[in-house]
Amino acid sequence: MADEVILLDFWPSPFGVRARIALREKGVEFEYREENLRDKSPLLLQMNPVHKKIPVLIHNGKPVCESMNVVQYIDEVWSDQNPLLPSNPYQRAQARFWVDFIDTKVFEPADKIWSTKGEVQEKAKKEYIEALKILETELGDKTFFGGDTFGFVDIAMTGYYMWFEASEKCGNFSIEPECPILMASAKRCLQRDSVVKSLPDPEKIVEFAFKIRKIYCV
Amino acid sequence: MEEKKSKVTLHGMWASPYSKRVEIALKIKGIPYEYVEEDLSNKTETLVQLNPVHKKVPLLVHDGKPVAESQVILDYIDETWKNSPRLLPEDSYERAQVRFWVSYINQQVTEVMGQVLFQEGEAQAKSIEEAKERFKVLEDGLKKDFPNKTIRGNDDVGLLDIIIIATFGSHKVYHEELGLEISLINPVNTPTLYNWIESLKELTVIKEAEVPSDRLVPFLQMYRQMLLQQAANA
Repeated sequence: MADEVILLDFWPSPFGVRARIALREKGVEFEYREENLRDKSPLLLQMNPVHKKIPVLIHNGKPVCESMNVVQYIDEVWSDQNPLLPSNPYQRAQARFWVDFIDTKVFEPADKIWSTKGEVQEKAKKEYIEALKILETELGDKTFFGGDTFGFVDIAMTGYYMWFEASEKCGNFSIEPECPILMASAKRCLQRDSVVKSLPDPEKIVEFAFKIRKIYCV
Repeated sequence: MEEKKSKVTLHGMWASPYSKRVEIALKIKGIPYEYVEEDLSNKTETLVQLNPVHKKVPLLVHDGKPVAESQVILDYIDETWKNSPRLLPEDSYERAQVRFWVSYINQQVTEVMGQVLFQEGEAQAKSIEEAKERFKVLEDGLKKDFPNKTIRGNDDVGLLDIIIIATFGSHKVYHEELGLEISLINPVNTPTLYNWIESLKELTVIKEAEVPSDRLVPFLQMYRQMLLQQAANA
């Protein structure tokens, strides 16, 4: 019986992109459905009534929500290829630790960079770079966070890599001089087939960022 | 099955519900461990060295290797000690459901509960209204997604049970002893959650891990005063 896989998503979302990448890493056929977040579909409201957010993976009619839960689910269900998490429990714990770090220490300031200005934005920029530097230390001289293979932590970060240019332009700063090693890994991730197929044009993200900045940042 | 003796140390703090989660997981799996009580105003060298990023409890150290963040630790415990009870179900979809509600409790519920406990006046009143809504969502969700939930013994304890008891186990204390006028968890508004907690409390291992209320109440009162003072000075 063929699997029915639908992804409810929003094109510039750094969280939605994680699900897209994971599905493509596993070679899973899926139907991508674009959500208008100002006019959410009845399906989205039905499948994620608690949060009403994307991404939502609908697998044979059953919804999975929250981006990294979706990625873990994809890894567990389509376990026969390209494991996204290592098999060793300690290494898995390390990967989960760093994803938690990303979703707290990178997420909060990143969000403020495009949506605020002045002192609040300056503080956010500082915290953002500090967090990226910690990640860079963790990356060390590895190709990817997982070592030689692209995996869980890299997928989580790719959502932020895709927003680097938009963040730099909104905040009027440059990431590469601060974190050259992380940037090199980011570039490797952005060249990956599953990522290239999943990411929108970076110029469109910059355009989108400025559009919403006008709304949030009066 | 590995018979090699492993050394497990938990750095925790007696009043921390996050620390409590790990304690319960270790006890329920029958994993022998050494407990190190951390004074959070004077952290041990070990804690700072082994959890340099956050310097927080709980921290699990297994044969010298540190694992930090309570959820990461719980997954690690389940994946390393594969004996019963398994903390996550076998089925991938059921696992996703458990993770969803664990996330909801961690993100939406604990935040608002903290606000209710440590605010006053209008701010607290507003938080109470928000809390009632979120507890309703949780109640409805648990009823819908876990309709056949029963706790007969330790084998029925999983990740969600641990999160529930560690986070909400002391709820009566908040209502009865901290002067909180409303009870957020009760048989009328949240019967599923209320009964779930009561069933877990029947288990010996849970009773043994319970934080004594004669210690918890003065601690929470002191902590509340401290936070109210900080808010006033801000």
